[in-house]
Amino acid sequence: MGKYLSKKITIYILTFFIAVTLDWAIPRFMPGNPISILVSRFSALPNARKVLTSYFTQSFGLDKPILVQYLNFWKAFFHGDLGVSVYLYPKPVVDIIKESLPYDIALLLPSIILSWIFGNWIGALAAKNRILDKTLVPILYVFTAMPYFWFAIIIAWILGVVIPIFPISGAYSYSMTPELSWTFFFDFLHHWFLPFLTLFVVMLGGWAIGMRNMIIYEIEANYSRYLESLGASDKMILRYAFRNAVLPQVTGLALQLGTIVAGALTTEMVFSYPGIGYLLLQGILHQDYFLIQGCFLFIVLSVLAANFLVDLVYVLIDPRVRYSYTEGA
Amino acid sequence: MKEWLKKHDTIYFMLTNKRFVGGMIFIVAMVLIAILGPWLARLELNWYLEESGTKNLDPTANIGIPYSPPSSRHWLGTNSFGQDVFMQLVFGLRSSLLIGIIGGGLATLIGLIVGFVSGYSGGMMDELLMMLTNIMLVIPTMAVLIIIAAYLPYRGVLIESIIIGLTGWPWTARAVRSETLSLKSRDFVHLARISAVKPLRIIFGEIAPNMLSYVFMVFILQFGGSILAAVGLDFIGLGPTRGTSLGLMLQQAVLWNAIQLGMWWWIIPPGAIITAIVAALYTVNTGLDEAFNPKLREM
Repeated sequence: MGKYLSKKITIYILTFFIAVTLDWAIPRFMPGNPISILVSRFSALPNARKVLTSYFTQSFGLDKPILVQYLNFWKAFFHGDLGVSVYLYPKPVVDIIKESLPYDIALLLPSIILSWIFGNWIGALAAKNRILDKTLVPILYVFTAMPYFWFAIIIAWILGVVIPIFPISGAYSYSMTPELSWTFFFDFLHHWFLPFLTLFVVMLGGWAIGMRNMIIYEIEANYSRYLESLGASDKMILRYAFRNAVLPQVTGLALQLGTIVAGALTTEMVFSYPGIGYLLLQGILHQDYFLIQGCFLFIVLSVLAANFLVDLVYVLIDPRVRYSYTEGA
Repeated sequence: MKEWLKKHDTIYFMLTNKRFVGGMIFIVAMVLIAILGPWLARLELNWYLEESGTKNLDPTANIGIPYSPPSSRHWLGTNSFGQDVFMQLVFGLRSSLLIGIIGGGLATLIGLIVGFVSGYSGGMMDELLMMLTNIMLVIPTMAVLIIIAAYLPYRGVLIESIIIGLTGWPWTARAVRSETLSLKSRDFVHLARISAVKPLRIIFGEIAPNMLSYVFMVFILQFGGSILAAVGLDFIGLGPTRGTSLGLMLQQAVLWNAIQLGMWWWIIPPGAIITAIVAALYTVNTGLDEAFNPKLREM
């Protein structure tokens, strides 16, 4: 168990270093001169250019040796200094990301957990029921083949324009300010529903298909056949198969996190939902490179953390991992 | 013919599998549309070529009245700039399929090499390559694509597919590694080794033929994955800087309020085509799985 965790932690620490290094290296080794782009973004006044160039060269540390630049970048990183946004000047990037964080959590956590539970349930049902299998599985395949943002566009058009029952832009009405009251809460929920539905539906397809295939595989396994020969009920066999089939789904959750986050980014862009995705879009549209880099770091670090969490859960639910590392060692 | 099929029974099972054949027909049709794209656009916009006297069609040209719904002049209407949606669609399809083939092919190739070397050689090499794979696996691909693409001043379809291919391989490497590990310890491989068959002959003569079907399936999945990744990247605004693509069409549609204006002819077709292609690829993959895996064959 300790060995399993230490191996995992080594990987995560290495990944963390590589991600931060990438974030440092890409603007520096790319063709073209990002600094001049950054400066041109700031220079409304002609004589501001000179001051700004030296300011940026200093804060970017471009006049220092490359190793010192790298160390300075780490120093700034641990001080929580990710630069200043151009688009929302002079707000620090860290503060901007902090503000959008609650919206991402409110959107991603429920949609991932609910679609995972519901998808596994549907998948298990489809594996056992022929009629359900023939009708539902093709639909699920279409769900999982859709780009997230396209489904977002379609659902916004149907439920926001053709039958206007849901708002399709923002996280709350423009006339409101965030506060702790029931009216705000319901307004928030009203805006939250369509982005949530998008993520939920597209993810659902993937989980359900994965579960269906795993269950079919498990039902063919010897232990299921043995149970069957003992005269166990279908329900009981399915319950045992489910317990085995759910393990790869937990691993799948870790592997899919990156794709899910990417899907959430584009979904937020469609609904102008003020999470990281919307922020990133603003960063790209306004060529705000500090903001883009900050978002990149933040996304990578949260996916890392979530992966680590899934690994911990895996140790708890799969006894084989525990035994193999305690008895084998 | 019958004799030949008897010898190649997997091909027989492939060709009689409804999922494989159905999905394949759709994909081949899409490839044909992409290849014949410029010709189809000429057919549609014949009236425009005659009226304006120009010889070449440019998918980004503003040739019609903006906001017009589908008609005989514009089969899928026009967008807010008066660009022809059908023409953009067939030209966009070309770049999407191209990215799928190049990006998916590259990702499959890298994944194959890394996974195979890692699984076959074992030891220190295996540890190192798997560590690299695991690291690449946790870093969200899209985030890396975004940050690379954001700093590229000029982006073409080729560059886009290469960066998608370079980031998409890790899961393939892992899958190929475990496949190699299981093949490596089969009896016929042991037998070949005992009979002093050279390592390269074991790899290409004994192991590779058994992995061919698997590699083909991996490529199909990578093909779909690359198309989806490219569409997402285009939608974020980091797609090709020139020309058009399906993701770019959808990005413009959202930026120019096509949803609020109810321009369904602009927002439905690009995504529907992508969904249909990816779903067809998944169907082909399931069909292949049934054809190659005797356990899953429907009797």
